[in-house]
Amino acid sequence: MRRSVFPALVTLLVLVFLLSPLAVLVVNSFNASRFGGQWEGFTWQWYERLREADEVWAALVVTLKIAALSSVTAMVLGTLAAYALHRHRSWLQTAHGALVTVPLVMPDLLMGMSLLAFFVSTGVELGMTTIWIAHVTFCVSFVAMVVLGRLQDFDFTLLDAARDLGAPPWEAARRVLVPLLLPGILAGGLLAFTLSIDDYVITFFVSGPGTTTLPLRVASMMKGRNLPMINALSTLMIAGTFLLAALAFRLQRGRA
Amino acid sequence: MDDFLVIEKVTKRFGAVRAVDCITLRIACGESFSLLGPSGCGKTTLLRMIAGFERPDEGRILLEGEDITTLPPERRPVNTVFQNYALFPHLSVEENIGFGLKMAGVERGEARQRVARMLELVKMQDQRAKRPAQLSGGQKQRVAIARALVNQPRVLLLDEPLAALDLKLRQHMLGELHAIHQEVGTTFIYVTHDQGEAISLSDRIAVLNAGRVEQVDTPARLYEAPGSHFVAAFVGDANFLPARVLEVRHEGYVRVACEELGNPLACTALPLSAGQQARLMVRPEKLLITRERPEAGERVNVWAGTITDVTYFGAYLRFVVQAGETALLVQMANNRFASSGTVPGRGERVYVSFHPEEARVVAADSQG
Repeated sequence: MRRSVFPALVTLLVLVFLLSPLAVLVVNSFNASRFGGQWEGFTWQWYERLREADEVWAALVVTLKIAALSSVTAMVLGTLAAYALHRHRSWLQTAHGALVTVPLVMPDLLMGMSLLAFFVSTGVELGMTTIWIAHVTFCVSFVAMVVLGRLQDFDFTLLDAARDLGAPPWEAARRVLVPLLLPGILAGGLLAFTLSIDDYVITFFVSGPGTTTLPLRVASMMKGRNLPMINALSTLMIAGTFLLAALAFRLQRGRA
Repeated sequence: MDDFLVIEKVTKRFGAVRAVDCITLRIACGESFSLLGPSGCGKTTLLRMIAGFERPDEGRILLEGEDITTLPPERRPVNTVFQNYALFPHLSVEENIGFGLKMAGVERGEARQRVARMLELVKMQDQRAKRPAQLSGGQKQRVAIARALVNQPRVLLLDEPLAALDLKLRQHMLGELHAIHQEVGTTFIYVTHDQGEAISLSDRIAVLNAGRVEQVDTPARLYEAPGSHFVAAFVGDANFLPARVLEVRHEGYVRVACEELGNPLACTALPLSAGQQARLMVRPEKLLITRERPEAGERVNVWAGTITDVTYFGAYLRFVVQAGETALLVQMANNRFASSGTVPGRGERVYVSFHPEEARVVAADSQG
C-alpha cells in the first residue's frame, strides 16, 4: 500500500503556520537589535531590563492573584452548575444551560461593556473585585463544560452504593463524587486560570485606575515602543503556558 | 418468626404506572428469598424501596417490627449488592470493603480484622491491593458481596447478582452464593428474572407480574403446583392446553375436556366448578413417549401423536409430538431408551402418556 504524503504535509504546514510567529518572537527576545528586523548578535539585556521593570512584575502579581482567585471560584461554581445541569431536567435547567454557554459565544467586547455598565450602575468601585467578578463570569462556563463531560461518564449508582454503605448524602459526594470528578475539575480550573491570565478586552473595561493586569501593561508598553522587553516577557509566558497546558492535558487523560 | 421483614400493602407509582401495586410479603429471618419476574414487573423497584432508594407511595416496610419506610438508605441495617457491582473505582479492594466500616466509625484495628475476614470468606486475600478495574467480573462480584456483608446487615439485597457473568462462572458463583449464605446466615433477598437462578438459590420465591404478586412459594411448589398460567409459564417449560372443567372430585382431582385430546384427569389447587374454562398444564419431562399404547385407565391419560421434531441435548432429548391440533413438548432422559435400544425418530407414530397427579389445571385468565 502506498503511503500518502498529504497528511504529513498538512501537519507540517500547520506547525509552520502556528509556530513561526512564536519562533520569531523567541529569537528576537535574544536579538541585540532594538527593532528586530535583522540579527545583530545575542544578548540577555532585554531580560535584564525586564527584571528591573517593577511595574511589569506588579502587574504580573495582580494578574496571578486574579487568575488564582477567579479559577478557584469558577471551579466551585462551575462544578455545581454542571452537577445541576446533569442531574435535573426542567425548563429552568434548559435556561440555565443556555446561560452557561452564553459566555462561550458572546463577543468579549459585549461582555466587557455590559459588565462595565452593570458595575457603574450598581456603584461598585472598579478594581480587583470587578476584574475578579468579570473573570469568574466567563471562566464558570469553561469549567462547567469540562466537568459536564466527565459527569457524562460518571456512574451514579456509585452514590447509591455509598449511601447504602452508611454515607449521608454530603459524605457520599465528598468521598465518591468529588474524587472521581477531580481530574475534570482541575483541568477546567487550569483552563480558567490561563484564560484569566490572558484576558485583555473584558479586563480593559472593568479595571480601575489603580489595578493593571499584565495584558493591559503589555499593551501600554507597546505604545511606548518597548518591543524587545515584550518579546522577552512573551518568551517567558510561552514557556509557562506550555507547562500549564501539558499539565492540564495529562490531568484530563489520566485517572479516568 | 415469619415477621422479620414485612412489606405491607406497598404501592409505588411512576406517573400513571403502578410499578408496585399493593404488594404484601413476609420474609423470615435467615431466609433466602427471591423476587422473580420479567423486566418491568416491579421487582427492582421493590428492592430499591427495601434498600431505601425509593419511598413507597402507600404502605409500610417493617424490619424486626420497626417501621423503616421513611429511613434514608444510610440508616438502614440493609446492604445491597448492585447489579453492576458499583465498586468505587478510585479505591482498592480493601478500601472498598472497608468503606462501610469507616462510615460507621468502627475502630481501625477492628475494621482491618473484619475486612480481612471478609477477604477470606470470598477468597480474595491475594487481590486486596488491586483496583476494581484490574479485577475480572467474578472477582468484582465477590468484592461487592464482601463490601456489603462486612457491615453485618440484617438483610442483604442482591440485584441480579449473576446477570453480568458468563455461563460457566454463573454456575460457579451460584454454588458460592449458596455456601456464603449457609456460612453467614443473613437474610438474603435476590432480585432476578432468571427462574433457574431463583429456583436453585432460594428457600422461597415470590413471582411478580405487572407490579403484583402472582404466587409466593417454595421452588418445588412453584414448579409442581403453579397457581396461575403466568407462574407455570414463567417457571420452567410447560405445555398448555385449553380445557373445560367437566367434573370436580373432592380429592383435588378434576376431569377436563380438551377438545380432540379427550377428557384427561388432572389435579388442581383452584376452587373450580364444572363448565368453567381453564388450562391444562403438563411439564415436558412428565410426559412419557412409548411405541406401544400403554394400559389406559383411571390413573393414566394417553394421547396418540406423531413425532415432528427431535433435538438431542446430551443428557436428555426433546421431542415435539403433534397430537391433533396440539404440538406437545416432551423431554425424556437419554437413559430411558437404553432398554428399548432405539430412540423414536421423526415421523414415527407414538403414544404420549401421563399420570393425573403430574398435570395441573390452572386458571385461564392471564395470558402471561
